[in-house]
Amino acid sequence: MLTQDELSTIEQNPYRGDYPLLSANPDLAFLDSAATAQRPAVVLDAQRHFYETMNANPLRGLYRLSVEATEAIAQTRDKIAAFLGAVDEAGKPCGSQVVFTRNASESLNLVARTLGRSVLKPGDDVVISIMEHHSNLIPWQQICRETGANLVYLRMDENYRITPEEVAAKVGPRAKIVSVTQVSNVLGVENDIPMIARRAHEMGAYMVVDGAQSVPHVRVNVRELGCDLLAFSAHKMGGPMGIGVLWGKPEVLDAMPPFLTGGEMIDSVTETDAVWAPVPQKFEAGTQDAAGAYAFGACLDYLDEKGFGALEVRERLLARYLTDSLAALPYVDVIGPAEGERHVGSVAFNVRGIHPHDVASILDMNNVCIRAGHHCAQPLLAYLGVENGATCRASIAFYNDKSDIDALVDGLAKVWEVFHGRD
Amino acid sequence: MDVTSLYNAEFMDHVAHPDYKYQMENPTCTHEGVNPSCGDELKFSVRLADDGTIDEAAFTGRGCAISQASADIMSDLMVGRTPEEAIHLCDLFERMVRGEVTDEAELEPLEDAEMLKDISHMPARVKCAELAWRTLKEMLEARAAADKDEKGA
Ligand SMILES: Cc1ncc(COP(=O)(O)O)c(C=O)c1O
Repeated sequence: MLTQDELSTIEQNPYRGDYPLLSANPDLAFLDSAATAQRPAVVLDAQRHFYETMNANPLRGLYRLSVEATEAIAQTRDKIAAFLGAVDEAGKPCGSQVVFTRNASESLNLVARTLGRSVLKPGDDVVISIMEHHSNLIPWQQICRETGANLVYLRMDENYRITPEEVAAKVGPRAKIVSVTQVSNVLGVENDIPMIARRAHEMGAYMVVDGAQSVPHVRVNVRELGCDLLAFSAHKMGGPMGIGVLWGKPEVLDAMPPFLTGGEMIDSVTETDAVWAPVPQKFEAGTQDAAGAYAFGACLDYLDEKGFGALEVRERLLARYLTDSLAALPYVDVIGPAEGERHVGSVAFNVRGIHPHDVASILDMNNVCIRAGHHCAQPLLAYLGVENGATCRASIAFYNDKSDIDALVDGLAKVWEVFHGRD
Repeated sequence: MDVTSLYNAEFMDHVAHPDYKYQMENPTCTHEGVNPSCGDELKFSVRLADDGTIDEAAFTGRGCAISQASADIMSDLMVGRTPEEAIHLCDLFERMVRGEVTDEAELEPLEDAEMLKDISHMPARVKCAELAWRTLKEMLEARAAADKDEKGA
């Protein structure tokens, strides 16, 4: 239960006005930020500002505009590195460890196709978890099929935890790559990445982290996580769609072969050979979304200005209120831990006997947006054994407030009424 | 869109008390349809009379209210139809839920199934509504093709 003070914090909402879509739809309860977040005006303005004042192809031109575009991308790399705690001894951000992709899915495909293809041999193990999003699952399935490696799953216990015993049992000497999501996009639980990374490194394996659901909501520090590579998407944290990030340790990125090839990613080319550009350009063939990168920089500035720590605290309160509110409904089953503290962003649930798609449609008619379905995590839903292989999922961001969650609760009462009448 | 424009009492009655949801004995043909992304599963059976018309229609399966109600409504509509008529109705239904036909007069042959018209404003649910109709159409078309092959041989 939240205290009176905590409730009054989430009753207030100093953020919603920064978001044009939310301002234009005052009655909308947007509870699907885990799918994609809303974007603040500063991000949209930045995108426009780029095209209006510095539009030129970055890296190519020798004239001033192109240099500015190149600068804009370099600055965003530094902002991202600083955001992730990827700084040198002097505290200077290591922007060269930041590779731009289109999204988390592309980052993970890049890793599977380059690192996976170069290190995996028949009989090696790739270890992932049962709660992976398909984007951190199918690339490994494919690469295992291609290389003859085995795909091994970490499973969770009845408390939705991947225990050290499970990790010790599954991550053995044959493990070459361990790739695990930090936060589940269905259950909202956070995995103990430092513990898993330690074991992976003891066994000589690489540690890859899917940060798509963690980077937007918890302060991620790549050094504390102890990972080698981290993937996430800008659009889930208020940045533009079409910008993704792969952060990597320099020695790991250096050793990985390129992914896509072509313009911009070479130092020199002859009729028969090519020399790759240094990281990160080595992984960035073709014209990048410079405006998107620039706008993502503006998004990170916005989060900094609001104070990421404060946003994180607020989201924790909202997640607790959401979990408690759902658990209090007699006809709702929360799928995942009952403790609100354990939910980062997302809470999965079902309304007893009613298909999640009907729940979502009726909520939509009541101006409440949630996600329903398999959430791109079919093996997880099969493992959980939920009816129809589907659940509802509500997810929050700091720009939500108590009224959004209350609207969900009222909407769920309507759902129940439609199916069972008023009684 | 208002909730009751789709999930109204009549619609919910088909969900709660489907008349045609049972295992048919000795069907002439049975066909399964699935929506993998929703987990909707439907097994549809018909028995054809000697004159070739649909004598009995029934289904089993699971899924969302829209897929289930749609199957029940369709079954009711199909009894007494020839396979050609049935296929024609399936086509018309498909065009209605996709918003391609909105004219009331043109939709009249769909009778009660017209209550699912508003699905056209819910693109994510079109597949749910279509499942039964698609399944029936596939079954009847496959049967017609097999008949033709037999006659041709
Ligand atoms: C945990 C997780 N990983 C990866 C992804 C893929 O992100 P994107 O669609 O931006 O590539 C998602 C998005 O839903 C996710 O939740």
